[in-house]
Amino acid sequence: MMELLQTLQLLGQDLLGPAWLPAWTAIKIMVIVLPIMGGVAYLTLAERKVLGFMQIRPGPNRVGYWGLLQPVADGIKLLTKEFIIPTGSNKFLFVAAPILALTPALAAWAVVPFDDGLILADVNAGLLYLLAMTSLGVYGIIIAGWASNSKYAFLGALRSAAQIVSYELAMGFALVCVLLAAQSMNLGEIVRGQSHGSGMLGWYWIPLFPMFVVYFIAGVAETNRAPFDLAEGESEIVAGFHVEYSGMGFAIFFLAEYANMILIAAMTSVMFLGGWLPPVDIAPFNQIPGLIWMLGKMSVMLFIFLWFRATFPRYRYDQLMRLGWKVFIPLTLIWVVVVAAWMQTPYWLW
Amino acid sequence: MNFETVLFYLFAAITVFAALRVITARNPLHAVLFLVLAFVSSAGIWLLLEAEFLAITLVLVYVGAVMVLFLFVVMMLDINLEQLRKGFWQWLPVGALLAGLIVVQMVYVLGDKTTGAGMTAVKHAADYSNTKELGRLIYTDYVYPFELAAVLLLVAMVAAIALTFRRRRDSKTQDISKQVNVKRADRIRLVSVPSVKKQDAHEAATRAAE
Repeated sequence: MMELLQTLQLLGQDLLGPAWLPAWTAIKIMVIVLPIMGGVAYLTLAERKVLGFMQIRPGPNRVGYWGLLQPVADGIKLLTKEFIIPTGSNKFLFVAAPILALTPALAAWAVVPFDDGLILADVNAGLLYLLAMTSLGVYGIIIAGWASNSKYAFLGALRSAAQIVSYELAMGFALVCVLLAAQSMNLGEIVRGQSHGSGMLGWYWIPLFPMFVVYFIAGVAETNRAPFDLAEGESEIVAGFHVEYSGMGFAIFFLAEYANMILIAAMTSVMFLGGWLPPVDIAPFNQIPGLIWMLGKMSVMLFIFLWFRATFPRYRYDQLMRLGWKVFIPLTLIWVVVVAAWMQTPYWLW
Repeated sequence: MNFETVLFYLFAAITVFAALRVITARNPLHAVLFLVLAFVSSAGIWLLLEAEFLAITLVLVYVGAVMVLFLFVVMMLDINLEQLRKGFWQWLPVGALLAGLIVVQMVYVLGDKTTGAGMTAVKHAADYSNTKELGRLIYTDYVYPFELAAVLLLVAMVAAIALTFRRRRDSKTQDISKQVNVKRADRIRLVSVPSVKKQDAHEAATRAAE
């Protein structure tokens, strides 16, 4: 495999010269983005199937065997639908908003390590970059809400903006704990810091357990998923910020939401669940490629996302704000100090 | 002219254009979005200087949080631009004077006195961590100024809250811990009702009718 890649590299360099580097990077980007898009498509099917089974009904089962072609049918339907621009809207921003929502969701994948060394950009400030990218996603939502020139969309955008800004703080502090424990902002280094030969006992979810929970719940809130989906809140504000979007505009918001979900699942796996490391460091398990473990961990986290949706009723807005500001932020602030102090004692085993 | 220089001029041009549009845009929301663009392109310039920590922090803090709140407020305000532009010519000399002062200060601080040495960015090896160096400097050599800045920000925050916080008498609040601690026995009473045979019930009904 490596030899094949090397010959490909050499061939490309001969063929394109200095233009080969951008071309090769573009190929690598495609190799990451296309599976994500496929993952998004099949995550929607998984969601409907899982919700169906949890509610004792079959879920989509008409298109293709066992409903497997349902995402394809949905995609074709959304592609061929008309993209309606409301008369009173700000046209440029109305069209730009879905793009602004999707771009950061995909750009963040540049620093996610899938296996040891299998990473697009191995940058030192990877963690910071990720935080910055996830904080940019809110622009798409706010601008969509404003540009639609509709009450419901506007209210959804306001709710979403306040929610994302509140939960970002707790998320940031949870990541500060990871940074303290790993002593690096490079995501590859963070995973390597979790390998002690003791399998899953060496991962950060044990010393940072409260942060693991806070990060994941804040992640659910950041992606506007149930039970924190007040930005959509169909019983109160119809569909929130994307109420005026149809066809591809709606589909791109949908893609961005699911790409963000997969991203949060990947981040949780990398930072708390040992990324590509096997849970038990003995013969049959550590022979399995790291990519499989990484994808497996992501799938488990994604299943929890869907499980949340089927289980919890939607939060009321004041409860949501209370949870963010009065529970998570104090808890994370205290845990940063606890971890910093713990690391100075000999009882820090990670 | 290498690729980095081209990128620098591109980012610089975008920054200047966006900054100009911030003050000339008619729609206040557009002005805020141009400010966001100005921040992002200056972050690009910092990246070219290999100051990746500062660049990403600029995006994270200013674009990701501060400007979101700006947008939030601007979207909800009904701003009358005519009103805002009324005193433009009257206040222009004062503004120009201030701007001139800032330019003089910047030239004095940044302008090269003798050779200009020390103003050029030093290239570092790939494993050089900007963040680590910055952290080390802030928490060792510059720890007092850093703490002072932190206290200053805290004071500003407390002052802002103290100035705007009004306790309303008529607002209703819920004690969440009370709600969470509710037991089933507090809310419902389970009564064991003996089941009645259908026959008996029928007889009882006919007897009552008689």
